[in-house]
Amino acid sequence: MDSLLNPHRPPVFCPGCAHERIVHALDRSFQDMELSGNRIAIVSDIGCSGLFDTFFNTHAFHGLHGRALTYATGIKMARPDLHVVVTMGDGGMGIGGAHVLSTCRRNIDITLLVLNNFNYGMTGGQCSATTPQDAQVTSGFLNRLEQPLDICQVTGAAGAGFVSRVSAYDTDLSAVIRQAIQFDGFSVLDIWGICPGRYTRKNKLTPKMIAAEIESQPDPDQFKEQNLRDEYGRAYRKQAEKVPPMPPPIRIEATHKAPCRGRQDVLFLGSAGQRIITAGELMCLAGATAGLHVTQKNDYPITVLRGHSISEVILAETLVEFPGIETPSVVFAIGQEGVNRRKNTFSRLGKNTLIVKARSVELPETEAEILEIEQPEKKIKNQDLALAAMAKLATLNRILSIDMLKSALDLRFSGNALRQAGSLIEEQIGISG
Amino acid sequence: MAQILMDGNEAIARGAIAAGCKFFAGYPITPATTIYNMMLGLLPPSGGVCMQGEDEIASIGFCLGASMAGWKAMTATSGPGISLYSEQISFAVGSEIPIVIVDVQRLGPSTGSATRGADGDIQFLRWGNSGGLPVIVLAPIDIKDCMILTVHAFNLAEQYRCPVFIAANKEISLTRESVDPDAFVLPDVIDRKSATKEHPFIPFQAGEQRLTPDFLPIGSDQLVRQTSSTHGPDGYITTDPRQIACNQERLMEKLNGSIDDFLYYEWHPNPQAETLLVTYGVTSRAARAAIRSLSEESHPIAHLVLKTLWPTPDRLVRELAAPYRRVVVVEMNMGQYVREIERMLPGKPVYFLGQMNGELIKPLQIKEFITNG
Repeated sequence: MDSLLNPHRPPVFCPGCAHERIVHALDRSFQDMELSGNRIAIVSDIGCSGLFDTFFNTHAFHGLHGRALTYATGIKMARPDLHVVVTMGDGGMGIGGAHVLSTCRRNIDITLLVLNNFNYGMTGGQCSATTPQDAQVTSGFLNRLEQPLDICQVTGAAGAGFVSRVSAYDTDLSAVIRQAIQFDGFSVLDIWGICPGRYTRKNKLTPKMIAAEIESQPDPDQFKEQNLRDEYGRAYRKQAEKVPPMPPPIRIEATHKAPCRGRQDVLFLGSAGQRIITAGELMCLAGATAGLHVTQKNDYPITVLRGHSISEVILAETLVEFPGIETPSVVFAIGQEGVNRRKNTFSRLGKNTLIVKARSVELPETEAEILEIEQPEKKIKNQDLALAAMAKLATLNRILSIDMLKSALDLRFSGNALRQAGSLIEEQIGISG
Repeated sequence: MAQILMDGNEAIARGAIAAGCKFFAGYPITPATTIYNMMLGLLPPSGGVCMQGEDEIASIGFCLGASMAGWKAMTATSGPGISLYSEQISFAVGSEIPIVIVDVQRLGPSTGSATRGADGDIQFLRWGNSGGLPVIVLAPIDIKDCMILTVHAFNLAEQYRCPVFIAANKEISLTRESVDPDAFVLPDVIDRKSATKEHPFIPFQAGEQRLTPDFLPIGSDQLVRQTSSTHGPDGYITTDPRQIACNQERLMEKLNGSIDDFLYYEWHPNPQAETLLVTYGVTSRAARAAIRSLSEESHPIAHLVLKTLWPTPDRLVRELAAPYRRVVVVEMNMGQYVREIERMLPGKPVYFLGQMNGELIKPLQIKEFITNG
């Protein structure tokens, strides 16, 4: 197989830069794998390692510092057949740390080559995530205060299936790169090399020293077995096959006649756990079964199991213009927390507003008409109060009718839940009747 | 009549699927999360991919990769996430990567209030990229718009190879609403234009007539280059000032020069009116109610609802505003788009009503402002 190097754009690295050796080793591994350029995507980011994509006749994607793995992931998910190779420096490793860890955890079939030369070469030799603490770099004393990152230990611990540390001067480099590319999962190569332009001006580092240092490090091979599992994309597609298609939105036919005309604003005030939002939805569904236009706006704290729960529903014969509640026709006072949250509303209510309240709720002073939910012999469960209150309203044929409410239940529930909701309504009808 | 019941986020997700979206990635954030939830339900069973990024930067990065591999992609977030997207947005602008970005705006600044609405990102969406080149921003007012404008957003992203924003608002996205699905038709779906199979493919080569380069996906037979660096038509770095200037002008002109092809708005002129009310987003609905109420009191008002916010529809606004003595702009922020209206209408009195306290601007506030202001 021919070289995939771009003859028009030869490498432009400083004389003696380890990156150039890696360019040729990578080309060698492509050739050994007999890959054509259109089967490969090289994804690079910023810094000297970011020049890699320009030297090869392959697909190329050059993006933002540290984000190469994010693009590579998108490409690989859309095109699982491509060999996706990411080049990044130790700088990209630092700034893109979250992406490195997450890609390890996913085990997606991408090859990450970290061109580790222990400093930011392109910007003037500042310390990076891998700079030794005793090195002289242009960041003054700062690198002395930060422990260097062990790329292999970190990526192995995070779940990378293939982790290896290799010297740019190793004669086996292209073979190791080839193994990494052929690995069916996420592979990380921590490739140590010399940056003559910056790093070795003040720090002694030779290929021999690199080899000795790598030799003295723990063998990252331990992670191979530990992290053995399905490749992410394949696992994703397997899981996706089991996901049932989502049904289209339910069409609600207008089969009933609404008992009142004009816009009706309905306010549900309750507490977490009282199914206030569901009650609001039922009111919307009921309205829609009478051909009304409806909106529902909810308000609850992020702690969904505690605090107030409020739903604002508007029903109208014409399109709902302003979707905020104005003067409510009906207020359902179901829970104290919701009532307290909107306590200022009550003084504004006039005689035309009906408040349907649960027995235990205490109301602020108001001129509105008040109706209490009549309790059946067995006490209504806290989570059923809102529905019972709606049933109470329906028995009066105000805002909604019993038929509208029953149709809403049919649309929203099925099985046992539907039976229970149905009997709750019947109880309210029984009491009122 | 039949109706369906859904909130704005579901409508955006369903609109995306109708537009041919195949890839979604997002990071959970209120009030945008339910778009991600919906896409996770909709995409995998239909051969698409929905992913949760480790952060917003990753989410949009996945989308850019998938888009360059030829898949229509969307992401959704709120203001804090747009901040994190910023660098990737600049990339998509400068390197012509189609993507739809939904900003379900919430009350800022900063993390602000997760469950309160605002339209506080309107200038941010336009100027939140380095280099300051134009973007397209569409603003829905209701559920129907969420569906229709999302299809338009995909079509525009494909046609012009650029990021297109949906400037939604918690007050639309999390408000459930009924809509008659038979009462409107979604726009036809437009796909990005493929390059011919001639060798070699020149990834950023645009024609004299068509300012958007033809597309081939990464993974094609012909090699494709994508780069965030300042590039020539071949996708390699260039330092040639003439070539760079040409490219910047092309990126400006391809959107600014095409605004007439994507002018979405509602126009309710009133020959008896002295005042023109200009709104966008959910505030337009309070404005409608206010105008109806004013007209019942024999106080006629003209109303322009803008749904294409960026690039700014200068010519349209000038033409429509010409007969009116004064203009009132109402928005859920401390005064953002009003700057554009003032710029478009030199010499015309422009009055501003704004509010950014987590509550909807009420019809009565607008009415009083118009009557007394």
